[in-house]
Amino acid sequence: MKSQTELMADLYRETDTDPHELQDPEVAHLVIDGNKVLGLQGVPGLDVQTKELEDGVEVAIKLAEGTKVRKPVHLCFGMYSDKGIQRIVMNVDIGRNAAISILAHCVFPFAVDIQHIMDAKIKIGDGAHYTYFERHIHSPKGGIKVYPKAVVEIGKKAVFKTEFELIKGRVGLIDIDYETTCDDGGVVDMTARVSGKGDDIIKIRETAHLKGENSRGLLNSKIAVRDKARAEIYNKMTATGAYARGHVDCKEIVQDEGVAMAVPIVEVHHPKAHITHEAAIGSVDSRQLETLMSRGLSEDSAVELIINGMLSE
Amino acid sequence: MGVLEVKDLKLQFNGKPILNNLSIDFWDGHIHAVVGPNGAGKSSLAAAIMGLSGYRNFEGDVIFEGQSIREMTIDQRARAGITLAWQEPARFEGLSIRDFIKSSAKDKSEDAVRKVLHEVGIESSEYIDRAVDKTLSGGERKKIELASILAMKPKVAILDEPDSGIDIESIQRIFDAVRVLKADGTTVIMITHSLAVLEQAEHAFLMCDGQVVDKGDIKKIRRYFEDKCLACDHKNIPLKEIGGQS
Repeated sequence: MKSQTELMADLYRETDTDPHELQDPEVAHLVIDGNKVLGLQGVPGLDVQTKELEDGVEVAIKLAEGTKVRKPVHLCFGMYSDKGIQRIVMNVDIGRNAAISILAHCVFPFAVDIQHIMDAKIKIGDGAHYTYFERHIHSPKGGIKVYPKAVVEIGKKAVFKTEFELIKGRVGLIDIDYETTCDDGGVVDMTARVSGKGDDIIKIRETAHLKGENSRGLLNSKIAVRDKARAEIYNKMTATGAYARGHVDCKEIVQDEGVAMAVPIVEVHHPKAHITHEAAIGSVDSRQLETLMSRGLSEDSAVELIINGMLSE
Repeated sequence: MGVLEVKDLKLQFNGKPILNNLSIDFWDGHIHAVVGPNGAGKSSLAAAIMGLSGYRNFEGDVIFEGQSIREMTIDQRARAGITLAWQEPARFEGLSIRDFIKSSAKDKSEDAVRKVLHEVGIESSEYIDRAVDKTLSGGERKKIELASILAMKPKVAILDEPDSGIDIESIQRIFDAVRVLKADGTTVIMITHSLAVLEQAEHAFLMCDGQVVDKGDIKKIRRYFEDKCLACDHKNIPLKEIGGQS
């Protein structure tokens, strides 16, 4: 039987990150396997409370006003087993003028039948900065359903930036649902990069309400579907504040029998607000493909390189 | 000796002949130029040799090192040793210059990537992490494409208009890179409209109306630029008007 420390290191190693980073006293971290908290470390000004539930963990993160956390906080939510449900209920409260960057790894390397449910309420105080980089590691066969849901309130001149990325394994089902509201001068910047294969299903529903004057928004989705994978992207941005500015961008590459759908919705309720949108869905560009093939790459390798480039853009 | 032979090539677009019984023999290790007016079929010849989509359904044959390559796919031809640099290189959003060059390089080390960038006059420390995308000028993308060909070390490199989009100061670097290819034993075929490019070659072909109408040393073929003389009854149709590469 593995100790909690060994299990934590194993889980963390799957992220291609050195587990020794967790020993740095300046790196706050929280590692959860299923409904067990394996490791927890805070830093001054950052309070992290956890409560184990039957099927997951409730997490409360509170960052004190004016606190700027110097090194990224590492969150690792995963399941080392192949079946089960993990529900993470997060309450995040970022104090005024505070700043924090979170690197969250969601690790399910052996998933056969797993559900990972994230239900987050995030409040970002005036002038605060909150960045959340979510990196997923799934099993090569998928075998997982992921439901990240968040409701985010962004205060005056506060910044919320998030990136969702699958870096290893198959999608399975990913069903993202984020709703954000920006106050005066607030900024929301959300990017999702996912590549589906086989019978993967990708659903993204991101909404940004630019309520405040001079608020800013960017909703950016970069998706690739191959084989019989399907993607449905619903990005919605509304602007009610004067001088609010936003852009909704969706780029999808479709190969084989993949199906992609993009529904950008923009609503402007103020004559001095402005929102643009752009959606491009198509196969891999033939000039790009032929260039790489003329250097000796097989068609599959060339497509892979082009898609990886598009996703990392 | 011919490393690459094009034999009696006939290619049509929408019923109109683009290449008319074209035969060319490219000598091993030489720098060749293929010159001619717009619509002469120069780029179509390059596309047919490389096996690009839309240019595979031709009559005749393309022989590389004694073997027919007409049934080979683009990547098979490339792995056999043939490559092509486009007149307008592709953009690759999110793909770094480093990864683009490494993808084709024989030596995938960081030093080797930096070396080929240096050979085309690109400052590697400034560029290597940048994407091969719209933030680069056409000339920069052209140099990076040439760097990827240097890294690939092909047996035959076809360069379509190697000087187009290149500023005057950089042209010499492109020519230096062509000489590096030759020094590595690569047969270079430059498709060009430019006298400056022609003068870098050792041997040239003049194309018109889908045929080779003259060939020989540079002194002979440069008369085309000096006199605008054509060795045939000039009746070219720009190919883009009928849906192909010009």
